[in-house]
Amino acid sequence: MELFIHQVLAGLATGGIYACMALAIVMIYQAIDHLNFAQGEMAMFSTFISWQLMQWGFPYWAAFFATIAISFVAGVLIERIVFKPLDGAPVLSHVVGFIALFAIINSLAGFIWEFTIKSFPTPFGTKSPFGTLINAHDTGMIAVTLVLLVLLYLFFRHSRLGLAMRAAAANPDSARLVGIRVGWMVALGWGLAAAIGAVAGMLIAPVVFLEPNMMLTILLYGFAGAVLGGLTSPGGAVLGGFSVGVIENLAGTFIPVVGRELKLTIALALIVAVLTVKPSGLFGRRVVSRV
Amino acid sequence: MHQTIAAAPRAAPEPVVAGLPLRTWRTALLAATLLVALALPYFIKNFYVFQITMAMIYGIAILGLNLLTGINGQFSLGHSAFFGLGAYTTAIMMEHMGVSFYWTLPAAGLVCFVFGFLFGLPALRLEAIYLALATFALAIAMPQILKLSLIEHWTGGVQGIVLIKPDAPFGLPINADRWFYYLTLALGIALTACALNLVNSRSGRALIAIRDNPTAARSMGIDLSLYKTLAFGVSAAYTGIAGALSAIVIQFVAPDSFTFVLAVGLFVGLVVGGVGWIPGALFGGLFVLFVPNIAEHVSKGLAGAVYGIILLLVIYVMPSGMAGLLRLLVGRLGRIGR
Repeated sequence: MELFIHQVLAGLATGGIYACMALAIVMIYQAIDHLNFAQGEMAMFSTFISWQLMQWGFPYWAAFFATIAISFVAGVLIERIVFKPLDGAPVLSHVVGFIALFAIINSLAGFIWEFTIKSFPTPFGTKSPFGTLINAHDTGMIAVTLVLLVLLYLFFRHSRLGLAMRAAAANPDSARLVGIRVGWMVALGWGLAAAIGAVAGMLIAPVVFLEPNMMLTILLYGFAGAVLGGLTSPGGAVLGGFSVGVIENLAGTFIPVVGRELKLTIALALIVAVLTVKPSGLFGRRVVSRV
Repeated sequence: MHQTIAAAPRAAPEPVVAGLPLRTWRTALLAATLLVALALPYFIKNFYVFQITMAMIYGIAILGLNLLTGINGQFSLGHSAFFGLGAYTTAIMMEHMGVSFYWTLPAAGLVCFVFGFLFGLPALRLEAIYLALATFALAIAMPQILKLSLIEHWTGGVQGIVLIKPDAPFGLPINADRWFYYLTLALGIALTACALNLVNSRSGRALIAIRDNPTAARSMGIDLSLYKTLAFGVSAAYTGIAGALSAIVIQFVAPDSFTFVLAVGLFVGLVVGGVGWIPGALFGGLFVLFVPNIAEHVSKGLAGAVYGIILLLVIYVMPSGMAGLLRLLVGRLGRIGR
């Protein structure tokens, strides 16, 4: 039993990472109606920027907020420069665009900062309020994720801009008719997603260390969490992220032999299984389309 | 199919390019391509023969993906798994059962058909982005499954399996590289012909109807589940055969040859060649093989960035792939000729 509780807590800690990423994924999905495969790389690049700022002598929090601002602008710019020309192109071309972006960012980061592993500081100190059960950084990470979730909820539910962004993603034509500048809403969505990605990256980096390929598996787990919880529901995505972490850990511990080797596979298979029963995720809204 | 069109009561006038009907041009181009393809191995180095063989193999895999995505409208980012499954079927049958390579080809196709069909069952419930994720998960899971210690005896674990390329049969006076080039070429042509026939058949029209409007297709009495799972199976079989060929041409299989990078590559090849256009697979195969090499030539450190930029340019210039570009060119030429 103690082993079980311990593994659940460890799972929650790693799940916090996935929850962060899942939240960023759902954000951009709400804003542009596509899954962005380059999301992880964008977060990685942002984290490198904050690392560089700290190397230049910025204090942690200054670097933290500067990075968020830079990422926001960069996200908007990427939409304007790279994806605006693809407006109206088939979905598959968009996916190829994401793949191209992935390759470019990954290669640039490797070129500028090299592929050696770098350590990244944590702002939460080493003293955990919960003793040995869960360490200080994980606690802080989970707390930040939850705060972010509440902020986003308020933004998308109760602010004019948030509502406009949702409308632009859900039904661009009607949104345009009521006077929403759809193009800019999409760009803002990219900026916001890049900013959240930056937060996720900076929280994850102390755990997994900083290097250009750090986001590869995390992005996948993030996707899995987001889809499990439902791509239309930020809260569901966070919960999904935590569940993926816990499932992964429990599978690795309690299923003999194959469990450890196939952790990832088991987690993914479980998600596909959930999807076949509930196609829009656990907390997602079913999208009904008119014929 | 051409006869049917010609016999139709109000057939559209045949488009004319530079004084000759388009169909004549097409036949001429086809014959010329075939001649070049037949003569090629005698004019280039063995290494390039190997590379072009690989490009054709990727082309076959992309053809399979095209049947699924382009014709039936189901998304897959996981075809590397079927490619790997086909390759391993060949490798294990040759290594552990002593079966000759040629018999493993249909076996690889069959095994992949069954697995593809079975994977198509849960895929029925998933749409667009969810299917993309599920197939992507398959691509991620495949190398791990192949490395599994329980089946290490069969798969060789991380080490993989080394194969020996058989010589050309019947005492043909050509070396193994050229023999497998011609074998791949012949198989590629045969599989393309099959794909074209499938697309132009009753079943093909059903698949296209499902892609364009599932509701209408269902109301016309098309069995959606059956056709969608069959499409998955056939697509997987094509990709599996490509995988089997790659195993013997490379003479080596290992789990890390079949990661999601391959799946993404095949997907990119599909889009570059033209989604839904059967001959596009060849262009896709060439792109998959050569563009990363070109990118590496341009800059070693920034190879990925160069590749990404080439990719972006390609989709800017031809958003619907080679298919769209050729259609545009033919349209232009047709106007000049008139």
